[in-house]
Amino acid sequence: MQCQSCQKKEATIHLTEITDGVRSEMHLCEECAQAKGIVVKSQIPLNELLSTLLSAQPEEGELLGETAQKQSCPNCGFSLDEFRREAVLGCPYDYELFEEALLPLIKKAQDGRTSHRGKIPSKTPGDTRKEIELCALREQLDNAVKNEDYERAAKLRDKMNKVE
Amino acid sequence: MKLTEISGDINTWFDGSGPMSDIVISSRIRLARNLAGHKFLSRCSVDEKRVILDKLKEALMSLEVCGRNFYISVDAASDMDKHFLVERHLISRHHAFGKGPRGVVVAEGESFTGMINEEDHLRMQVIKGGMQLKQCIEQINRIDDGIEAKVEYAFSCRYGYLTACPTNIGTGIRVSVMLHLPALKMTSQVEKFFGAARAMNLAVRGLFGEGTEAAGDFYQISNQVTLGVSEEDIVSQFEDLIIPEIAEYERAARKQLLSNQADVLDDKISRAMALLKSANLISSQEALFLLSHLRLGINMREKMDVSTPAIDRLVTLGVGENAGGLSIATINRLFMLTLPAHLQLNYGKALDATHRDALRAKIIRSALGQSS
Repeated sequence: MQCQSCQKKEATIHLTEITDGVRSEMHLCEECAQAKGIVVKSQIPLNELLSTLLSAQPEEGELLGETAQKQSCPNCGFSLDEFRREAVLGCPYDYELFEEALLPLIKKAQDGRTSHRGKIPSKTPGDTRKEIELCALREQLDNAVKNEDYERAAKLRDKMNKVE
Repeated sequence: MKLTEISGDINTWFDGSGPMSDIVISSRIRLARNLAGHKFLSRCSVDEKRVILDKLKEALMSLEVCGRNFYISVDAASDMDKHFLVERHLISRHHAFGKGPRGVVVAEGESFTGMINEEDHLRMQVIKGGMQLKQCIEQINRIDDGIEAKVEYAFSCRYGYLTACPTNIGTGIRVSVMLHLPALKMTSQVEKFFGAARAMNLAVRGLFGEGTEAAGDFYQISNQVTLGVSEEDIVSQFEDLIIPEIAEYERAARKQLLSNQADVLDDKISRAMALLKSANLISSQEALFLLSHLRLGINMREKMDVSTPAIDRLVTLGVGENAGGLSIATINRLFMLTLPAHLQLNYGKALDATHRDALRAKIIRSALGQSS
């Protein structure tokens, strides 16, 4: 459908107005709509927007979630807006508080990995050590299943059972 | 410690010794750590930074690493001293020109340094000459355990050691190996090769780390992934797989140069000798570039028993203790002592670029046995 105003471009904005029971329709291109002062709100559903952002692999600093953007840490006052500028966090607690928003970035920076493997402070109690080990094994198991490497997945499951 | 006590000589890990030292200059392991109960530095007040500095300084100074430990206050250092510390790989540029109370603890021989209040509360490194990553990880683990006995680190079950930037979480480890790859460069294979390294999630940088160009055919290769892979796995990937393979490529390129382009190789070494022996002004970039060719010639003579007219003439260079040809240690000395801040600190005052270039040329000429 052509734009009713310029008769040139494709109409992408369709307005329906009902005044005193009389229905009128307007079909405009984006430029003409803007020229007429019609404010166009984004119609993209949020889940679609998130998946588009994720599939586009956001650059470091590009973060998700509007509420999280405005939230600030009660401990250090850090907000995600600052992370966008400085690329560093404000305190250790921010990893927990902003976990949802940070996780895609961590995944991207760390080649898809999200659980620690390796050195643990010697003061760490036994239960916590077990938890860390299980967490790492669970991630390896997920990856094995994703790669359809069922032999490795079975081995990892046995290992997890042993730890538990 | 006065910096002039160390500025007249190279640090121990740069003396040209160590396994695979014809190609591997040094092995370095860095760990990033933060104290629990404190903010990361970007949100710290000056007072909080001072508290962190005092805690970590005390913990580091009491460690027995290798002889005595020295503390250098970086925020109180002059610009010249800061440049010197960067040239010597004792601190990063970020630490040198950062803000607020900060310092560095250096162990005798300079193989261990602990930067306090850099991007993280503590960034410590162990450097050794040649291919010695396994020795580096053993030593830095012991040091880390010693510090952990005195302070509490920020650690999470899921993300491991917590760091200011999510690119360092988990192990907080950065393994870097400095390589001299002149033959890969001359045979135009270096870019192709580093494309492969980047595809493996490895970073390739110049002589002085982040943001520096590869000068004099020196390259630093390091890991980027710090989460979900153990320290031992990263180290053995470098030591058993990546570095031996790069070294093999470089050695093959050296042989290839010899069989296909012997006259080009000979000309490069011959020109380097001629320029270094007779230049009156030489920039640090040019010095690195030319000394790199001499280094290649010396290694080919010593390790591969190669003989070309120019390589044979290398033995005529050098006087006094260097008579009979320059050693790799002497070349390394010239690399380091002719860097701008080293030159000026050893000269005793600041010099403009032209005077630095003249002094650099003079030092090199005299090491090569030219009398004036």
